[in-house]
Amino acid sequence: MSQLLLTGNAAAAWGARLAAADYIPAFPITPQTEIIECLASWIDNNEMDARLVTLESEHSMITAAGAAAATGIRVYSATSSQGLLYAMEMLYSVAGWRTPFVLTNVSRGLSSPITLESDHNDILAARDSGFLQIHCSTCQEVLDNTIIAFRLAEDPRIRLPVIVNLDGFYLSFTREPVELPDSEKVRQFVGEYDAENTLFRASRPVSQAVAVLGGSPYSYFRYETHLAAQNGLAIYEEITADFNQLFDRQYDAIEAYRTEDADLVFVMMGSFATKAKDAVDRLRQAGQKVGLLRPRLFRPFPAEGFQRLLKKIKAVAVIDQNISMGMGGVLHSELCSALYGQQQAPLFIASYIGGLGGRDISIEEFFEMAKEVSDAIQQDKTLKPRLLYTETELREVRKLQAVAQVERQELLNTNRHQDNEEQANE
Amino acid sequence: MNEAMVPFYRRMKDLPSTHLLGTGTAMCAGCGGLGALHEIYDIIGEKSIFVNAAGCMTLLSVYPFTPFRGSWLYTAMASAPAGAQGVRDALDILKAKKQIGEDDDMEVVVLTGDGAAYGMGLSATSGAMERDLDFLYICYDNEGYGNTGQQYSGATPHAAKTSTSKGPRGFSGFKKDLFSIWAAHAPAYVATVIASEPLDLARKIEKAKSLKGPRMIIALAPCPPGWDYDPKETVNIGKLAVKTGVWPLKEYIDGTVVHTKIPQQRMPVEEYLKLQGRYRHLFEPQRDEETLKAIQHKIDLYWGSVTASK
Repeated sequence: MSQLLLTGNAAAAWGARLAAADYIPAFPITPQTEIIECLASWIDNNEMDARLVTLESEHSMITAAGAAAATGIRVYSATSSQGLLYAMEMLYSVAGWRTPFVLTNVSRGLSSPITLESDHNDILAARDSGFLQIHCSTCQEVLDNTIIAFRLAEDPRIRLPVIVNLDGFYLSFTREPVELPDSEKVRQFVGEYDAENTLFRASRPVSQAVAVLGGSPYSYFRYETHLAAQNGLAIYEEITADFNQLFDRQYDAIEAYRTEDADLVFVMMGSFATKAKDAVDRLRQAGQKVGLLRPRLFRPFPAEGFQRLLKKIKAVAVIDQNISMGMGGVLHSELCSALYGQQQAPLFIASYIGGLGGRDISIEEFFEMAKEVSDAIQQDKTLKPRLLYTETELREVRKLQAVAQVERQELLNTNRHQDNEEQANE
Repeated sequence: MNEAMVPFYRRMKDLPSTHLLGTGTAMCAGCGGLGALHEIYDIIGEKSIFVNAAGCMTLLSVYPFTPFRGSWLYTAMASAPAGAQGVRDALDILKAKKQIGEDDDMEVVVLTGDGAAYGMGLSATSGAMERDLDFLYICYDNEGYGNTGQQYSGATPHAAKTSTSKGPRGFSGFKKDLFSIWAAHAPAYVATVIASEPLDLARKIEKAKSLKGPRMIIALAPCPPGWDYDPKETVNIGKLAVKTGVWPLKEYIDGTVVHTKIPQQRMPVEEYLKLQGRYRHLFEPQRDEETLKAIQHKIDLYWGSVTASK
């Protein structure tokens, strides 16, 4: 084992390299590009035995990934944001083909307005596709979970593609110390690729991804995919226990941080959860019993884990870095549906939306959320979902709007002036 | 040229007498596309995988049946060439790692309609050619989105009535020149074929089979429901498409376009048009002389340039 300073992107690339991916269909998109640049350079320098092909779109990239996996090799790919959405038709398709491969998504907010910075609307748009989803909050976790994802995808009880998610900029471009696992040990852990019956050979002709007629066969295959995805919960625990034995790092489906005796628990995903941890520590120092839960596994959704970990907890504040227009935070709705009707479930499940398009969530905001929820408990009142935004931010946006107005007015005045001159000349 | 390039198919009786593609598929009676596929499959053989884009022929393989003796992968409308890329690359990787032998390799064949080939799938097709993908591409061109009820596509010819061009003048646009678009990529091979000229088709598929790289085939596919004619006329209409010069049989290889069957005395295009309901408005209730002349003129211009360049 050796320690390196790696960005989240490089950690993802190392994961694919150590797991010995055979084939990497690629397409560049910010902030994912470093991943494919890394892999391409290793392959060019004979440091990695794989083939990388740049397709002409993410839609084609996922098609090629699925088709190659359906032919019986180990496949890795990576994308982000608009690219993930451009590929959306194929995400659903290749999951239905039951092709086990690993896709990294570097989360980035969706257009419109177009932005480069991070939030989770891209990855959550793939929520129902059949891909399993692992969400990371550190570079180490990105590397380790990329390796774990190959085992998960290829497990005979699952056979589904897996997305490993990391946040754009906050993780993709942040260098952290990362333990590089021994490559021989990783090979043993991941194992040789077993295509099982998902392959094409001249001597074994087979039809894959064929049409069905009618709802019965359709429902059958869709249910099978769902049940396989659900198997992922127990199997993720199994695989991560193996991983822990070999590499001494434990990954639970839900990371629980100081929740044992907590009155209030924050729930959030991704790299911003490290900010929440800091807030938890400081609030604890101030005498408040606060904790944090962070789902690593989002598909399959660890509903039972949440039910267990939140039993007897008074209040929860879900912080969603996404927004479902006309509904609110996606994680909030999912958590509420997992907890509804459970005995001794939290009474207060407050919803906050923040961190959209790379917007920071400050420590003061965590304090404010904790205070608001505690007050609500004491006063026994319900809380409406809140969109995090400060007066300073609003003032900054008003300034931008004012500049836009002034410039527009200036343009109108100039045009009017020219028209008047032309009329006078006639 | 090596020995394999000497055509094996010299006369009609050289054509395969046993047929590989199964029967009883969901294709329409008289489907010109299926006719072409039958003839093509006899020559490609069962050591093949068909990577399909959404279209009529997606219904060839409906769980749990298939008329193919080899393999099949349905992808989506836009990205069948990318599917072929994934399969080809995977087979090459498996061969390089000696995980499969040469015996288990396959010809990778894309099968798409004109809706995918001329439109939504063009970018993926262009990408596959630019990457010099070793594959065979077959477009069955019935000149409209046939599987959804013949709406006009980028392949629809001028004046044809379709279910989205029902007005008195039919489709106002012009058929896209996909052959030239493909040839501009300088792939290994491009050819037009039609089922009603089986010898010409067989020679071209044989040639395509002997080459490496992107080998691109467009088969004009007379379509009884889409073109509105009696299914028994499919072969006749196909022959007329060639004799009137509407469908030039040609191939592109090594930077040169060669016409493989030049109609010596071209028949008037009317003979082809009047058999099809989609052009009935050009003849009834009165002749649309202007449009008929314009269509004939375009064909004359095309063949004028062909014979001038000889």
